[in-house]
Amino acid sequence: MLRLIAQRLGLGALTLLAASVLIFAGTEILPGDLASAILQNNATPESLAEMRRELGLDRPAPVRYVEWLGHVATGDLGRSLASQRPVAREIAPRLRNTLFLAGYAAVVAVPVALALGLMAAIWQGGVYDRAINFVTLLTIAIPEYLVGYILIKYLSVRLGWLPSLANVTPDTPLATRFVLTLLPALTLVLVVIAHMMRMTRASVLQIMASPYIEMAFLKGLPKWRVVVRHAFPNALAPIINVIALDLAYLIVGVVVVEAVFVYPGLGQLLVDAVSKHDVPVVQACGLIFAAAFILLNMTADVLAIMSNPRLRHPR
Amino acid sequence: MDELAFWRAQHAHGRIGRRELIGRAASLGAGAALLGTFGGTAPALAQDVPRRGGTLRLGLGGGSTTDSLDPGSYTDSVMIDAGHALFNALVEWGQDGKPHPELAESWEAKPGAVEWIFNIRKDVTFSNGKTLDADDIIFSLNMHRGNTKSGAAGVFREVADIRKLGPNQIGITLNGGDADFPYVLTDYHVLVVPNGTTDFSRAVGTGGYILEKFEPGVRITARRNPNYWKKDRAFVDAIDITVINDSSARLNALLTGQVDAINRVDAKFVRMVEKNPKLEMVTSPSGWHSCISMMHDRAPFENHDLRMALKYGIDREQIIKAVFSGHAVLGNDQPIPRTDPYWNPNLKQIAYDADRAKFHLKKSGLSNPAMVLQCSEGVFPGDVDLAQLFQQSAAKAGLHMQIKKESADGFWSNVWLKGPFVTSYWGGRAAATQMLQVAYGPDAPWNESHFRNPRFTELLAAAKAETEEDKRRPMIWEMQEILYSDGATIIPVFGIWLEAHSRNVGGHTPHAGFDMDNGWIVEKAWLKS
Repeated sequence: MLRLIAQRLGLGALTLLAASVLIFAGTEILPGDLASAILQNNATPESLAEMRRELGLDRPAPVRYVEWLGHVATGDLGRSLASQRPVAREIAPRLRNTLFLAGYAAVVAVPVALALGLMAAIWQGGVYDRAINFVTLLTIAIPEYLVGYILIKYLSVRLGWLPSLANVTPDTPLATRFVLTLLPALTLVLVVIAHMMRMTRASVLQIMASPYIEMAFLKGLPKWRVVVRHAFPNALAPIINVIALDLAYLIVGVVVVEAVFVYPGLGQLLVDAVSKHDVPVVQACGLIFAAAFILLNMTADVLAIMSNPRLRHPR
Repeated sequence: MDELAFWRAQHAHGRIGRRELIGRAASLGAGAALLGTFGGTAPALAQDVPRRGGTLRLGLGGGSTTDSLDPGSYTDSVMIDAGHALFNALVEWGQDGKPHPELAESWEAKPGAVEWIFNIRKDVTFSNGKTLDADDIIFSLNMHRGNTKSGAAGVFREVADIRKLGPNQIGITLNGGDADFPYVLTDYHVLVVPNGTTDFSRAVGTGGYILEKFEPGVRITARRNPNYWKKDRAFVDAIDITVINDSSARLNALLTGQVDAINRVDAKFVRMVEKNPKLEMVTSPSGWHSCISMMHDRAPFENHDLRMALKYGIDREQIIKAVFSGHAVLGNDQPIPRTDPYWNPNLKQIAYDADRAKFHLKKSGLSNPAMVLQCSEGVFPGDVDLAQLFQQSAAKAGLHMQIKKESADGFWSNVWLKGPFVTSYWGGRAAATQMLQVAYGPDAPWNESHFRNPRFTELLAAAKAETEEDKRRPMIWEMQEILYSDGATIIPVFGIWLEAHSRNVGGHTPHAGFDMDNGWIVEKAWLKS
């Protein structure tokens, strides 16, 4: 078991390294550079050259890559080319915000999705099952920014219950923070809930076709008990995988929601950094996103193995 | 926006009097159309009395996580507004289009306008307690000279020497005469910091507000400077700028009362804002203009008749309606806006005329000249639509061009100034001669259309060195006429800044420069309750 986890971690590190090469190459092949992105049509040839020299953009790409990798390995993410501030200090508050919002949405979405999915499995084919399927399909089909605008239109503009701006600052008290981020969190919940709920329903129903379930019914157990006690634990593996993917989405894929609610998360930072060719920031964000993906998928694998006694106790 | 609507807007914003408006309307034969203008719902500027206190919350587009407090690095609204709160300039670009004293309390030019003397205001202190003197001014001006990445480096090329004449007096020598030099000092990059400043992580300035928090691309807060030297400005206790780059999110924030004023209202929503009893629009005709520039010295555009054919082949009215939802002013292929005191009113507006375009095309002797127009959404949102409308209207006149959509990334470094037929834009300049110099001057690095005209070159140098108003005006008018009839740049429209605020805000007024009163909203606006 421990060996397996160590193996996964090693593979994860390798994947991360490969991702860093891809990220670096990606930023290199973009047309234009930081200097011209910043100066736009205020640029004179002299000010461009001066800025490039000051930013070290006049040296070859592989040299800059290796140098950067060495620094990252020792925990130094470098300085933002555009603002001259340390990248770690730029990213830290944004990362906290992103994790807060993702956590907020996940804490609501995961239990609700599981409960809704189990209920759909219990009342399979019934009115509830059909209704919940329809509603969740609808929230999947509508793009997330539209979900956000619809919520803003009714909950903040019409009713005035909730703020449409989630402009938290590092010293916003926790209670205020929950109120300010309620709408973006709700938007994300609506977007991710459908995947998890449908996967719960589908994998539970698949298990329900097994002979041992029939046995459980023959023992005279009520349906809810069969589903929750007997079918659900064996259906966990695929559900955990979907949850991991959705959590990864909540961390890396919410830039549109951030823009709609003006939430200072990591996605917005990445977009700004890409448009200004701020390579150190782009790479650090890219690495964090890649790490989040790899870590969550790894955790999902390990949990899936742990949920299966046959894999947990191999002979 | 037609001519009448333009003057009506000017009246609404207190720029022209009722008498003048009626006169203008009569000259357009549109007196009756004015009924209903007077007593409208435009902000009643004159009656409002400034009130102190409160926090002015601005929701602004045009900010980025890469923003810095270094004035030389400013490029967009958020930092321009913040800069006006934290720092002062030497000279203020007034709403009347004229330079007004700020930290320079007076100035004079020796004849020929090469030698300038500026007297610096006494008894002004920085937020760190230091007293302002000539050394601070010289240091701040030199930040834009020589090897610098400042955005004002271009306009400072004409400065040959800056020296200290006394503790509160400096002398500036230019490379050539420029009677409009004080306007250069109104550039939003040219703000005053203490001598020797190298660390811009904190802002030490003489401005009306002292920086509290700076989160680039997110939020900027500042509290009032209790010792501010201007007694009739900086009314609110605190400024709170939230960066909102998404235009719908910006409007939502205003609708839900989370901010008091926003910039860049989406033209599609102007009517909605106007109908909302809690909100007010501020429409501000500006010097911003879109361009389609041909290179004056490259085939086929060196052909005068082809250029004329293209000028008649663009449907400006249609572009205003379709691309700007009606919120733009007709351009007439010369870069001086109507808001400028030197605007030449004698040039007949060029309108779409397929027959005249065909006539000029025939006269040019060219058959089906190859033309590829390079455009990009990175120029401004709607640029590609503008290019496509141009392509269609020109095709109806027998002018067939291809459109090449360029990536927004790198447009300014790889396409602009390189392609012979490209779209671009210019922000308004404070002085007409600056605008003519920067984009059409014979040795200007940004002369995108490679415009060369001996008479124009002669007039530009003469007008710049001429300090007498009556002699300058005809020269500046003639330069506009030369660009209008011989220039290689099509200027389809001038922009209008669309801004909105809640009715609780007073003193938010239009300006021909940048949006939000050229950034002055932070000093000039107040809260009514």
